[in-house]
Amino acid sequence: MDKNERLTMIVFDGDLDKAMASFIIATGAAAMGKQVTMFFTFWGLNVLRKDEPIQAKKKFMEKMFERMMPRGPKKLQLSNMNMAGMGPKVMKKMMKDHNVSTLDEMIDMAEELDIKMVACTMSMDVMGLKQEELRDGLEYAGVASYLAEADEANTNLFI
Amino acid sequence: MESTKVLDAKGLACPMPVVKAKKEMDQLQSGDILEVHTTDSGAAADIPAWAKTGGHELVQQDKEGEVLKFWMKKG
Repeated sequence: MDKNERLTMIVFDGDLDKAMASFIIATGAAAMGKQVTMFFTFWGLNVLRKDEPIQAKKKFMEKMFERMMPRGPKKLQLSNMNMAGMGPKVMKKMMKDHNVSTLDEMIDMAEELDIKMVACTMSMDVMGLKQEELRDGLEYAGVASYLAEADEANTNLFI
Repeated sequence: MESTKVLDAKGLACPMPVVKAKKEMDQLQSGDILEVHTTDSGAAADIPAWAKTGGHELVQQDKEGEVLKFWMKKG
């Protein structure tokens, strides 16, 4: 496949605004006919968490992380002007007023467009996140898989 | 102009007009004309860029009030 036809992206941050930007670019690229792969690592994994809590056997610190990190797209904070949770509410209202899709809708759209979403297993281990806590339909891999894919793409983004 | 399919993307914000356009275009045959209506101001630049990248020909472009209209021939 031609390099021009592929885009890879590392989603490192778990902020609402950065996740929105990631999915807007990813779905836009898929619409332009590109094969898109998104790698979610560290805080970015929180974007993929299911809304409901999952019972899993965890160590004490892992439990703490599980509780303190945002559980899924609806719980994400803003990277700027978060204002103790007021910011995301205002942002969502403004997005709605401008007919911008919600993050949930964009993730569903990404799936429909066959965008490959990969969760970094190393950071899942570090932060104690289990596969059953993350949305279905993901792939699980590490740095070599990402680099192999990045090598075949002409656009690589780190968000 | 005779359109094979008309896509109403009015009210949708970036990136939905191009996402919907792609989905519609995938259903068409080479040479078919897709007509897209949108109110997203960014679409004035985005739809032509999308067409160019996808190898489709932007045959005609029009503006009626707030609504931008594009006619594209599938490549």
